[in-house]
Amino acid sequence: MSELKLNPYFGEYGGMFVPQLLVPALKQLEAAFVEAQQDPAFLAEFQQLLTEYAGRPTPLTLTRNLSPNPLVKIYLKREDLLHGGAHKTNQVLGQALLTKRMGKKEVIAETGAGQHGVATALACALLGLKCRIYMGAKDIERQQPNVFRMKLMGATVIPVTAGSGTLKDAVNEAMRDWSATYETTHYMLGTAAGPHPFPTIVRDFQRMIGEEAKQQILKAEGKLPDAVIACVGGGSNAIGIFADFIAEAGVKLIGVEPGGLGINTHQHGAALSTGSYGILHGAYTAIMQTSDGQIEESYSISAGLDYPAVGPQHTYLQQSGRAQYVAINDDEALAAFQHLAKAEGIIPALESSHAVAQALKIAAEATEPMVLLVNLSGRGDKDLAHVHSVLAAQQGGV
Amino acid sequence: MQRYQQMFQRLNNEGRGAFVPFVTLGDPNPELSFEILKALVDGGADALELGIPFSDPIADGPTIQNANIRALAAGVTPAVSFELIEKIRAYAPAVPIGLLLYSNLVMAKGITKFYEQAAAAGVDSVLIADVPLHESKLFRQAAMAQNIAPIYIVPPNVDDDDLRAIASYGRGYTYLLSRAGVTGAETKAAMPTSELIARIRAYNPAPPLLGFGISAPEQVKDAIKNGAAGAISGSAIVKLIEQHQHEPELLLTKLRNFVSTMKAAT
Ligand SMILES: Cc1ncc(COP(=O)(O)O)c(C=O)c1O
Repeated sequence: MSELKLNPYFGEYGGMFVPQLLVPALKQLEAAFVEAQQDPAFLAEFQQLLTEYAGRPTPLTLTRNLSPNPLVKIYLKREDLLHGGAHKTNQVLGQALLTKRMGKKEVIAETGAGQHGVATALACALLGLKCRIYMGAKDIERQQPNVFRMKLMGATVIPVTAGSGTLKDAVNEAMRDWSATYETTHYMLGTAAGPHPFPTIVRDFQRMIGEEAKQQILKAEGKLPDAVIACVGGGSNAIGIFADFIAEAGVKLIGVEPGGLGINTHQHGAALSTGSYGILHGAYTAIMQTSDGQIEESYSISAGLDYPAVGPQHTYLQQSGRAQYVAINDDEALAAFQHLAKAEGIIPALESSHAVAQALKIAAEATEPMVLLVNLSGRGDKDLAHVHSVLAAQQGGV
Repeated sequence: MQRYQQMFQRLNNEGRGAFVPFVTLGDPNPELSFEILKALVDGGADALELGIPFSDPIADGPTIQNANIRALAAGVTPAVSFELIEKIRAYAPAVPIGLLLYSNLVMAKGITKFYEQAAAAGVDSVLIADVPLHESKLFRQAAMAQNIAPIYIVPPNVDDDDLRAIASYGRGYTYLLSRAGVTGAETKAAMPTSELIARIRAYNPAPPLLGFGISAPEQVKDAIKNGAAGAISGSAIVKLIEQHQHEPELLLTKLRNFVSTMKAAT
């Protein structure tokens, strides 16, 4: 079998821990990706879809009322304005083009919040691919509007009841499907996690977020931001905005994991904050597990962050000290969700609200001037019913 | 791992192939699981292939997923699994025992420690479902250091370079995958042609056993006729456990009968 073309590891993290059966499919994908990156026609088509269909570049917004501290400017990278409602659309368009390049006609995907499912469904509708999307039964419950969106765009949504009925179980089911169908079907993984080459492909198809933001903030401020802040589920929006700043040593990179009910409660999804490493879904990386190595069920108010592992490059960035990872609890995220809505007229996704909450925390404590860049990875339409019911239960109304 | 050599030697002399049943350790609970293991041996199993229950078995279909869920719900840990192996090892000293499990259970223990523990319990081989050839080095080295056979999977889409490597690294037996997909008796084995098995055998790997989707004596017969050294059957057996878990005597009788019928086809 041909050798790999790219390094599957980030330091000691990553790899391709999948059944032997799937190795040829992953190698085929890697080869297609490497070739495509050198093919001007591919790059031009990807670029055209991003600008004319998805709406790139997305704006950078200097918030007017959000910051609790006059010393601190908070900028939002507006992935919420991207077609589809979140950053997920970027990389899905890239992978959909790769699917066609490999001559495959069908697509499988997993989804948590439903944003990746929506992105997959729209890209497949646009490019004439047939898609089926695995989604945890619990997530179907809390993300109804996105389920309907997927179906409207022609996708088949398959509920997964096994395990916790969330993203982890949807990934399991997608991988099982793929092991029987890889010859005709592409597995469109939705985040910068999983086996090589997904963490690399997804990062490179999301890195325009950081590239644009860097130019935009240089134009606005004449200098780089002090910190870049993004929420981390599997890690795609975070690595997308980080990638172009990694070499800029003066810029702090801060990933925000879901603290759920608190990282000491087991009711969270903060894999990097637990300091435990193992293999889940094809990669050696930070995971939530028991001492025996059974994977623990994660928890978060936001379905898109409810995942007990993280992409391997984030584990590496944490270990090397280049990036820092913190946890924001459900309550703090919920408060930031409401605060951004009231302060700026922007309703963020619950996932992105975690990043906003961390920015608010940093701003509140700042004693000198500071510029913060927050990746507003998605909009909150999908969360309205869920937030409404949570708030109603908490305080008898909004 | 010498037990595999001795087993294949014996079968060669008899002019027969191997029948190897698979079950998940501790399914549906540790006590009944031990009785099940004994029934498999008593029914005439040439070797045993045993799973340690794991939370996320991505290479398994619904039948074996449910076995994992039942065992985990019954409190079966890797430690309990190894206790069961020690007991069946004492009951059947000459029967080769293989482990089939997922990588994170090995990582959590530490690779070296895991293989030490497996060797101490009497394990002859280890197959890690989610460690392919090119990620296998550390696991293989730890296995060999404990005289445990590293088992490699030969999928239907295998190429010559991989075959060469598998032949040189694998010991014990070679797991010949009958078809793509996950485990399950619902999707029948695709019988590899005698040409394919001859092509694989030309590289001189450890004797190939055919697995995935084997549930009937006819399939065992065909596998051996086409050049396999035997067959492995998992989901069909686990299904019996699922159906009759609350009628232990009936279950054990059915298991003995199933194994002896399959063995008779070798
Ligand atoms: C809006 C939004 N942000 C973030 C995430 C988390 O994913 P990732 O960590 O891959 O960016 C999701 C996932 O569904 C999402 O919908």
